[in-house]
Amino acid sequence: MQHAEASHEQIGHLDHEALKVFGFWIFLVTDCLLFGTLFGVFVVLRSHTDGGPTGKELFEIPGFVAETFILLTSSFTSGIATLAMNQGNIKRVIGWLIVTALLGLAFVGLEVSEFTKMAMEGATISRSAFLSSFFTLVGTHGLHVSIGLVWMTALMIQLRRHGMNAVTRRKMTIIGLYWHFLDAVWIFLFTVVYLMGVM
Amino acid sequence: MGNGNLTASHFFVTGDPLIYSADAAIILSVLSILFFLTRCHKWGWLWREWITSVDHKKIGIMYMIAAMLMLFRGGVDALLMRTQLALPNLQFLRAQHYDEIFTTHGTIMILFMAMPLMFALFNIVVPLQIGARDVAYPFLNAVSFWLFFFGAMLFNLSFVIGGSPDAGWLAYPPLSETAFSPGPGENFYIWGIQISGIGSLATGINFVATILKMRAPGMKLMRMPLFAWSVLSSSIVIIFAFPVLTITLALLFIDRFAGAHFFGMTGGANPMMYVNLIWMWGHPEVYIVVLPAFGVFSEVVSTFAKKRIFGYKSMVFSMLIISVLSFFTWVHHFFTMGAGADVNAFFAVTTMAIAIPTGVKVFNWLFTLYRGRITMASPMLWTISFIPAFVVGGATGVMLAVAPADYQYHNSYFLIAHFHQVLIGGVVFGYFAGLYYWWPKMFGFQLDERLGKWAFWLWNIGFYVCFMPQYALGFMGMTRRVYTYGWDLGWAPLNFVSTVGAFLMGAGFVFQVWQILYSIRHGRRDLTGDPWNGRTLEWSMPSPAPYYNFAQIPQVKDRDAWWMEKQQMPEEGRGNTAVKYEPIHMPKNSGIPFVMAVFWFIAGFGFTFHWIALGIAGLAGVGMSLLARSFQYKMEYEIPVEEIQRVEASMGRIG
Repeated sequence: MQHAEASHEQIGHLDHEALKVFGFWIFLVTDCLLFGTLFGVFVVLRSHTDGGPTGKELFEIPGFVAETFILLTSSFTSGIATLAMNQGNIKRVIGWLIVTALLGLAFVGLEVSEFTKMAMEGATISRSAFLSSFFTLVGTHGLHVSIGLVWMTALMIQLRRHGMNAVTRRKMTIIGLYWHFLDAVWIFLFTVVYLMGVM
Repeated sequence: MGNGNLTASHFFVTGDPLIYSADAAIILSVLSILFFLTRCHKWGWLWREWITSVDHKKIGIMYMIAAMLMLFRGGVDALLMRTQLALPNLQFLRAQHYDEIFTTHGTIMILFMAMPLMFALFNIVVPLQIGARDVAYPFLNAVSFWLFFFGAMLFNLSFVIGGSPDAGWLAYPPLSETAFSPGPGENFYIWGIQISGIGSLATGINFVATILKMRAPGMKLMRMPLFAWSVLSSSIVIIFAFPVLTITLALLFIDRFAGAHFFGMTGGANPMMYVNLIWMWGHPEVYIVVLPAFGVFSEVVSTFAKKRIFGYKSMVFSMLIISVLSFFTWVHHFFTMGAGADVNAFFAVTTMAIAIPTGVKVFNWLFTLYRGRITMASPMLWTISFIPAFVVGGATGVMLAVAPADYQYHNSYFLIAHFHQVLIGGVVFGYFAGLYYWWPKMFGFQLDERLGKWAFWLWNIGFYVCFMPQYALGFMGMTRRVYTYGWDLGWAPLNFVSTVGAFLMGAGFVFQVWQILYSIRHGRRDLTGDPWNGRTLEWSMPSPAPYYNFAQIPQVKDRDAWWMEKQQMPEEGRGNTAVKYEPIHMPKNSGIPFVMAVFWFIAGFGFTFHWIALGIAGLAGVGMSLLARSFQYKMEYEIPVEEIQRVEASMGRIG
């Protein structure tokens, strides 16, 4: 057993940030499976309306199309924030993060009003198996977006406080991954839940 | 419940003398622990050295202690059940109490005994074995432990507060739905498992990253010790299986809490979907716990036969094949559901297919032993006894996998005998072998062999006396979960023998506790760091290992790195005299994992009793803990060279 050269030790700290990004990728695998399970449940139960309202009666096309455009745009603006990070322009990073967070907030707002409207019409989570699985699947995504908003706000404060360094860069990378992931999940929600629902 | 009119007799479990005596025992032991800690001024020590620790070795020891306590609790459940069944028409337990006990026995043994004992071995061994200073995410590791701990505490609390779950260890609906289980028992079940399950998932992520990214230079994957391989394959299964459990429990809770219709009988719900989902996690789960045991056997067999493991590559591939196949067997738990011949045939074949890689492993262990110079120390005894137990258990497993025959065996005592035989013979014996093997590395002393042999023989004889009669009882028509039976059925003699066996195993456990207490004073101290003449890197360091593990990261050239090193090294002078140390970066201790887990406990307790404000307050606390961590920056400190030199010198490594 000879011993590792000093260079291995010196890069130790940088390695550590990369290691955390790697771990986050594995976390995203588990989150994919989590949503995959919920999609499985939804697909099985989507026709189990128990005589209650169906997706075709409930879903309003302008509403979910607007949600889609808003969330896709926010994914784009979070990408611009990452580009600004690579250019080292912290003001632009924070600016684009604010735009992203506002779009995310608008998305959550639309979703809450959609849920409220449905509940007012009697289409609640306890009405039928279809609605139970609808609210749980879409709501889990909405919860993820909401947690992302709190997280993004915390990151903006930290960027202001510490500026650009290895740690804040890693945190930016991770939240970027998270946000794009939520966008990808929404594409499936848009297709499987809403488009197939109104067809 | 939840209407605010909760009375004391609803909140505390009343009316059963067994539970009153347990209440007294719990209060007395808690008071004596509090008294001891205060009297000996140990509160600060407990907080600084253990509760806030992010050292994987200490976390491993805490997992082990908690798992042993849970083994005691689950074991007492088992003895109560066997006492009730010893003779026909006994009135020792009421039917309801019996239901609660078989539910908590199963849940505790799998989730709060086997899992933490496995994580104990992960934590104690893996970083040392791959030449790393730590796991990939030490803070997350502490979070995982405390989530497991408080999840288990929440589950156990149901015993005296609110009432235990009684719908079986997998809580099948519609029995576990509000209509049939209105009390808080099932909520305790859901939240206890959910909280500790999040911790398990995080541990899976942590060890995959640790093994893939933190191996010492030169340790290619195909040079990695087989225990580390078993941890990697088990952790991969955790990553793919546990999210399904998280969702299944969440949906069951939404059913119970919000009146949704996932798994009930009304509103278009589908109870069979729960059974599918829970077994999509549940069957891989048994491979999660058995794969690391296979890893332990591989280490033990090659150390105590003083040979390289036979068929290293086939060992690795068979573990990986098992971890993939484990996801294609779940339907064999409900062949009688009526899924049709084609589906049943597919899952029968995939289930039987697992016997092939498992058989490969058994033959490799036997070939490693062949012409080896075998030492019969404790770890080797448990390994040898595993082989016949697992061969019989595996063969009865293949019998159960025959779908048409399963219509006869389904839910009978034959099944009970089978899974106890593989889980005790495979998992428990395996982890015992691992604990005896790595005990000197953990604590710096060996366990007394004479008491260990008593424990070994009591466990092994008890094991066969207990479970062999159950195969026969299954054929005689006795089903699982029956709480009593009549004389006319002819089951009495075999049941009585089975109960005797259970108590023999209980006596074995008592001997193990005695063995540990005795050895703390009288056990042989391990001054070499290598008491078994081991082969892998953990034996290259002193026992117990210093908190930074390796003063210098080793360079690996081949499999069995430490054995190769010993072959080339002169007899004297294992310590390197003229080494140049570098400062070491280590993570700082943190109280946040403990505090966060306490908040999870509060949240779980609140939702269990439908006290929504308390539940939300708990979740808010969890969120605040996460934010507090996010705002921490300097989370590492540096160990200066002088301190490393001082520690190494004190252990006789230098100078």
